[in-house]
Amino acid sequence: MRAKTLLDRTVSGLLFTISGSVILSMGALLAELVIAGHASMVHFGFSFFLGHAWDPLRGAYGALPFLFGTAVSAIIGLVIATVLGLGTALLLTQYATLRIIRMIGFLVNLLAAVPSVVYGLWGIFIVVPWLRVTLEPALYRVFGDIPLFAGARDGVGMLAAGLVLGIMTLPTIAAVVRDVFGAVPNTLRDGALALGATNQEMIRMAVLPFARAGIFGAVMLGLVRALGETMAVLMVIGNQPSITGSLFAPAYTLSSAIASEFAEAASPLYLSALYELGFILLMLTILIYTLARLLVWRVRWRGGLPL
Amino acid sequence: MKYKGLRLRKWKDRAFFVLLMLATALALFPLLQILVEATIRGVPGFKVSFFTQLPAPVGIVGGMGNAIVGSLLIVGLASAIATPIGVCTGIYLSEYAPVRYARVLRFLTDIWFGVPTILVGLLVYGTVVLSMKGFSAWAGAISLAFIMVPTLIRTTERMLALIPAIVREGALALGASPTQTVFLFVLPAATRGLITGVVLAVARALGETAPLLFTAFGNNFWQSGLSSPIAALPLQIFLYATSPYPVWQAQAWTGALTLLSIVVVLHAFAHFLTRGEGLS
Repeated sequence: MRAKTLLDRTVSGLLFTISGSVILSMGALLAELVIAGHASMVHFGFSFFLGHAWDPLRGAYGALPFLFGTAVSAIIGLVIATVLGLGTALLLTQYATLRIIRMIGFLVNLLAAVPSVVYGLWGIFIVVPWLRVTLEPALYRVFGDIPLFAGARDGVGMLAAGLVLGIMTLPTIAAVVRDVFGAVPNTLRDGALALGATNQEMIRMAVLPFARAGIFGAVMLGLVRALGETMAVLMVIGNQPSITGSLFAPAYTLSSAIASEFAEAASPLYLSALYELGFILLMLTILIYTLARLLVWRVRWRGGLPL
Repeated sequence: MKYKGLRLRKWKDRAFFVLLMLATALALFPLLQILVEATIRGVPGFKVSFFTQLPAPVGIVGGMGNAIVGSLLIVGLASAIATPIGVCTGIYLSEYAPVRYARVLRFLTDIWFGVPTILVGLLVYGTVVLSMKGFSAWAGAISLAFIMVPTLIRTTERMLALIPAIVREGALALGASPTQTVFLFVLPAATRGLITGVVLAVARALGETAPLLFTAFGNNFWQSGLSSPIAALPLQIFLYATSPYPVWQAQAWTGALTLLSIVVVLHAFAHFLTRGEGLS
């Protein structure tokens, strides 16, 4: 190979400089949230996380209702997305012939590409009326004694947000799980089949145990997606900072609170509190993402694939 | 393995397969429903006037002309900002970066990709909007550029990784310098992939709403410059979808149909360019 010329060094240096934008951007985001949320952090300290009242008129700002709403709606969404995403990924990797993979693969990509606001529209005009008229009354008739299914059945609320989130995070989970299944060594699968296992037994005994950590990682990547989802949730969750035991009740999430209250935040402390919600959201994203990556990496590493 | 009847095992195998089919069908049902409903509810309003007129007060049928133009304008601007940054970083990651630095960059890019887009809105509000003393097309475009960059980095890198090492080794063996290798051999071979990256990033940016709420802000009139608030299609859809007027709600569906059509066409184009390779 020829020695590196001046041109090589210049090009490489230039590209290196541009790549610095990645570090710069993440730094700027973190700095902005810390600086703008500083007033709220100093004013409330740790009690911000435990405060269950969010009442700007009285100057009370607590993040608990948003943490609660984010967690519960994300959990409902993840349950749906995991079951359906795992099924889709298994069908795509273990059964389908090439042609079908391309077709269904394209459709799953499309599911990921539908804009958030269109999911919101679907939520408002199709999911919410269906919940109000069909599912929620049915659940109430059967399980009405349990607080989880008690209360007003308006359609708008935690359950609607969870359903929409489920569909929106499904493609993320399906994509990562497909990747993880791809890392399962063929010798394991072939071995199981050669021993006379049916496809289902092969999946249960060879594929799933090997991929378990990776599946968990995929679910957490789905969680990252669910945490950050703003518009669709904003349109169906009802936007009330309350903590109730009922899945039918309206709630609020970190991201949808920022989106809907930012424009009307009149006092500096109000604005700062919203920025602190943003800071919490970023920290959760980084934390969960890092854990998820480690899990997916572990499976790829064991399967002998590059990290 | 404890012996079980073969018929029972085969039956279980078939039932499992049916369950997987069912899960896939359930997963894709909402997509079908969205496409069908957007067509049924959106087509009646899908007229020339929808694309040429301004939003009108309830009672007069208006259009989303300015929102469509606004979206094209800010996404165009955003692409102009984001494409060089994203593609160059992707090239650096794939062809030049030392292994450790590449690992850090990749990790940060992935986190950036997962950052809730509403936070991008907060960042741009705190920096661009406050320093320009107002909402603007620039602020909207910068927000969208911020969201496009990680998508571009990821697809660029993935597309370059699909080019076999033989191409690079061959070029180097013929006496090409590293720069000649990358720019005369590797990049031309990956052109389709690079275009795909830009197409996918544009598709993502077109549908983004949250980061535009307090950067582009929205506007009911035709745009008069890049320093004033600007309308965008997803913002207009959001506004109309959450309004109490059936006329506006119907227009929201027509807007959604427009947006979906563009996104589907862009994705089909990306799929056609790469024959599905490298798109997970």
